[in-house]
Amino acid sequence: MSSHDAHHHSGHSHHEPGFVRKYIFSTDHKMIGIQYGLTSLCFLLFGFSLVMMMRWQLAYPGQPLPFLGKLIGETAFPGGVMAPEFYNQLGAMHGTIMVFLGIVPLAVGAFGNYLLPLQIGAGDMAFPKLNMMSYWVFFVGGVTMLCSFLMPGGAAQSGWTSYPPLSDIAPTGQTVWLLAMVFLITSSLLGSVNFIVTCIQLRVKGMSFFRMPVFTWCQLVTAFLLLLAFPPLEAASVLQLMDRLAGTSFFMPTGLVISGEQAHVAGGGNPLLWQHLFWFLAHPEVYVLILPAVGIIAEVLTTNTRKPLYGYNTLVYSIIFLGFMSFVVWAHHMFMTGMGTTLSSFFQATTMIISIPSVIIVTTFLLTLWGASIRFNVPMLFATAFLPMFAIGGLTGLPLGLTASDIYLHDTYYVIGHFHYVVAPGTIFALFAGIYHWYPKLSGRQMSEFWGKVHFWGSFVCMNGIFMPMFFVGMAGVSRRLYDMSLYAHAKSVFRLNEVMSISAWSLALFQIPFILNLFISWKKGKKVSDNPWDCTTLEWATPTPPPHGNFAHPVEAHRGPYDYAGDTQEFVPQNL
Amino acid sequence: MDELIPYIYKPHPVTGITNGKFGTWLFLASEVMLFGALFSAYIMLRLGSESWPRGYQELHVAWAAFNTVVLIFSSVTIVMSWVSLKLNQFGKFRLYMGLTILCSIVFLVVKGIEYSDKFHHEHFPWTSNFFAVYFTLTGLHALHIIGGIVVNAYLMFPGSKLWKENPEQFTGRIECAGLYWHFVDLVWIFLFPTIYLL
Amino acid sequence: MEQKPYGWWLPINASANNGGIDQLINLVHIFMAVLFVGWGIYLVYVLVRFRARPGHKAYAVHKHFRLPTWLEIGVAIIEVVLLVFLSSPIWFRVKKDFPPEKDSVLVRVVAEQFAWNIHYPGKDGKFGRTRPELVTGTNPIGLDRDDPDGKDDITTVNILHVPTGKPVIVYLSSKDVIHSFSLPVLRVKQDAIPGMMIPIWFEAAKTGQEFQIACAQLCGLSHYRMSGQLMIDTPEQYATWMAEQEKELAQENAGSDQTAVPADTNSPAGNTSNEGSPK
Repeated sequence: MSSHDAHHHSGHSHHEPGFVRKYIFSTDHKMIGIQYGLTSLCFLLFGFSLVMMMRWQLAYPGQPLPFLGKLIGETAFPGGVMAPEFYNQLGAMHGTIMVFLGIVPLAVGAFGNYLLPLQIGAGDMAFPKLNMMSYWVFFVGGVTMLCSFLMPGGAAQSGWTSYPPLSDIAPTGQTVWLLAMVFLITSSLLGSVNFIVTCIQLRVKGMSFFRMPVFTWCQLVTAFLLLLAFPPLEAASVLQLMDRLAGTSFFMPTGLVISGEQAHVAGGGNPLLWQHLFWFLAHPEVYVLILPAVGIIAEVLTTNTRKPLYGYNTLVYSIIFLGFMSFVVWAHHMFMTGMGTTLSSFFQATTMIISIPSVIIVTTFLLTLWGASIRFNVPMLFATAFLPMFAIGGLTGLPLGLTASDIYLHDTYYVIGHFHYVVAPGTIFALFAGIYHWYPKLSGRQMSEFWGKVHFWGSFVCMNGIFMPMFFVGMAGVSRRLYDMSLYAHAKSVFRLNEVMSISAWSLALFQIPFILNLFISWKKGKKVSDNPWDCTTLEWATPTPPPHGNFAHPVEAHRGPYDYAGDTQEFVPQNL
Repeated sequence: MDELIPYIYKPHPVTGITNGKFGTWLFLASEVMLFGALFSAYIMLRLGSESWPRGYQELHVAWAAFNTVVLIFSSVTIVMSWVSLKLNQFGKFRLYMGLTILCSIVFLVVKGIEYSDKFHHEHFPWTSNFFAVYFTLTGLHALHIIGGIVVNAYLMFPGSKLWKENPEQFTGRIECAGLYWHFVDLVWIFLFPTIYLL
Repeated sequence: MEQKPYGWWLPINASANNGGIDQLINLVHIFMAVLFVGWGIYLVYVLVRFRARPGHKAYAVHKHFRLPTWLEIGVAIIEVVLLVFLSSPIWFRVKKDFPPEKDSVLVRVVAEQFAWNIHYPGKDGKFGRTRPELVTGTNPIGLDRDDPDGKDDITTVNILHVPTGKPVIVYLSSKDVIHSFSLPVLRVKQDAIPGMMIPIWFEAAKTGQEFQIACAQLCGLSHYRMSGQLMIDTPEQYATWMAEQEKELAQENAGSDQTAVPADTNSPAGNTSNEGSPK
């Protein structure tokens, strides 16, 4: 116990904090990580439920939705049938909630917060109080975002992209969306400052940059993306709030006639201004969605191949290059806005260039498998599946990044298939892998392997069932964000695929039930395991389980690189030895 | 806490700065992106418009010039407040920080007079994009000034308790506050010519 | 050629000038399939060959593989080829190689929530002025019939007739929010942005009366119903249709002359032929 004193407040005896200080307003990065984790998982579930309702309307247009139709009420479901405006609300809120309240808080707020200090040997984040604030501001932002549904006229319904003038003239829910975004961006800002300072200043002795685990590198680059890319969206949100609340015309051009009435605004604004500011964030944002996943995969793959990661240096340079390039591709989302050939050629070129580091990352992971001794536990199943799923997502980005093919495919279902492959069976699978992988470090117990495999196989089949047909629906020419696609002749030939997608989506939901139960039941009833059950080398496994306040029972130093695996379960050397 | 988290008030051997200072610089980088985005919006709107008045035709250059001097002076006084701490003169610190806050308030008062003068002449944010840009950019800047006043006032009074416990850490905080303040000043030095003079 | 215009892949390509887009899409997908199948075979192979089993150890250190680097370079080269030799020429042609106006059919399309307003210049080949103040229920584009250029303009709602054999230039804009003018069978797509007038061009090669205009940018609650009719006529059919429109317009003009309505710029012109109603 005496070595524990070294980590106490100097000169004060350590009192065990009360319930509120320990669990609600904790400044310990591990507790904050768990708070982020639980909250974001709830938001993910909620965002998923929204699209499950949408999928009913898509498969069976005009049919009353059983039970929920009556329950939710006449405004959203007149006669039990989903109203088009409610469909649009579900679409906009699904995207927003999944990205900003689900994936990023889970991948960065939960995984990053919990593991970053541990992997670099630090006792906590550089700014623990700021860390706590960042969680609570996120929480307030999340609740505010959900309140969008309670506004007259309904929730935000102009897509997660909120293009004006549509979003400028949309009902009140859009204003609440903008306010919520301001909170969420603030939370993200506080978090990213913390991550960068922690990673650069608090690395333990011997932990040089090129000895950091890939997971840590990914969190560092992600933090830079969040720090520098979010402010333009904050600026844009302020401008849109001004348009909506103060009647300005930042995005309202002259001469608008809306529903037969001339718009009473000064005019002179530019709808494309919003698009540039939005996508300046939103493109780096998608790399924020994938990079932490890449980090998790690197850890899980390497551990379960029992050999060093292939091409560590190349991988790290690719990740840094990817982060940098992500700032100069944004207008590939805007090829159809009447862009000139010079600008579009620039963005087409940068988009092609950015595919190279992505290919390198996948290749590095694939090559890590060569000569391995592969253990197929549940984390490894998810990590292995990530590779082809992310590949499909990445490859389908090619015809979208090439301007000429984008003419046809822009704003069709092909795009929806493309990005969902990257985020859903891509990032979310990586997050699942991470949860199964690090669960023993938090709880001292392992999640059930059997139910984990059920979860994996069910999710894998259903994910493909939902998103693969989308490429065909898009190739047929069907636009995005259609409440009912059956009014289009070109949709008729692929319409039946909607039922396949919807049944897959509902089945995917069913397969999450074993996961949720596994998560909670294993906490008390799971198989007890040691401090390092997977025999990993990285520093987070050198702590007691769960890591105490201050993290390490004894001061640690890094004496080697992060992946000193030598072929077998017992032949590995942890980083601190 | 200092053993749990190193480099709170001692600089890191390689980066040469404390955590707080590093964090402040990063925060300022994000603020550069924020105001950069707003300036870009201004440029895009102005270049795309059919007509745009000259700043000096619609706005009071003299008042804004006065404000510029006031703000630059306040940047000097906040440095002096930090220097006072370095010279172990806590009283002088309070004096200079107080002057800084006073200058900020003067700035806001002049801004308030400017705004009400505009309103009096029926110039509102919704009147034209020129005024939309004027009110939004100077308004957001003014919000940052208010934020600075809150932080500086806190450091001058309740926050100054830290001076007794850990003078090094407290001096570091004043340095960070100064950095932020210089940034706010710098934004104004860009705002003034681009909005009032061009 | 095809019995069915729509299937599970690209629909019928009725254009004369946009065949390159189909070529590019198909080629890129072949490239993607080769990469994916290649990676997939490798993945299955390693998962089987290098699975953990008694007596099997992983290599502790392995050599640097050179093949992946060459493959990587190959991928990059193919991407450059696709970009420089396929995508860019097509894109430049679509964006810059406009046919001369005098050799083309000119038409303005003004999108609104939730209809496509189509505006032809008539015999004089000149578009009449439009002003937002003149917009009414029967004059959705605010056409000024007192403008001499506007007297013979033909307007329709949701009905676009184009002939084969002649390029068409569409001047696209929007009255209210961003829409996107999409003609899937002609491989045409362009965002209709209020405050901007964006020209696009295409040439149709296959006739058909069943094709559609689709809206490809979320524009409000009836975005899903914002379809229009695209009728690709033979030159003779097109001329017949245009003559009919001109005759109707002349009759309406004659009718309104007789009712001695003063030439007031603010009165609804009422001289549009509405073959479909705005949704």
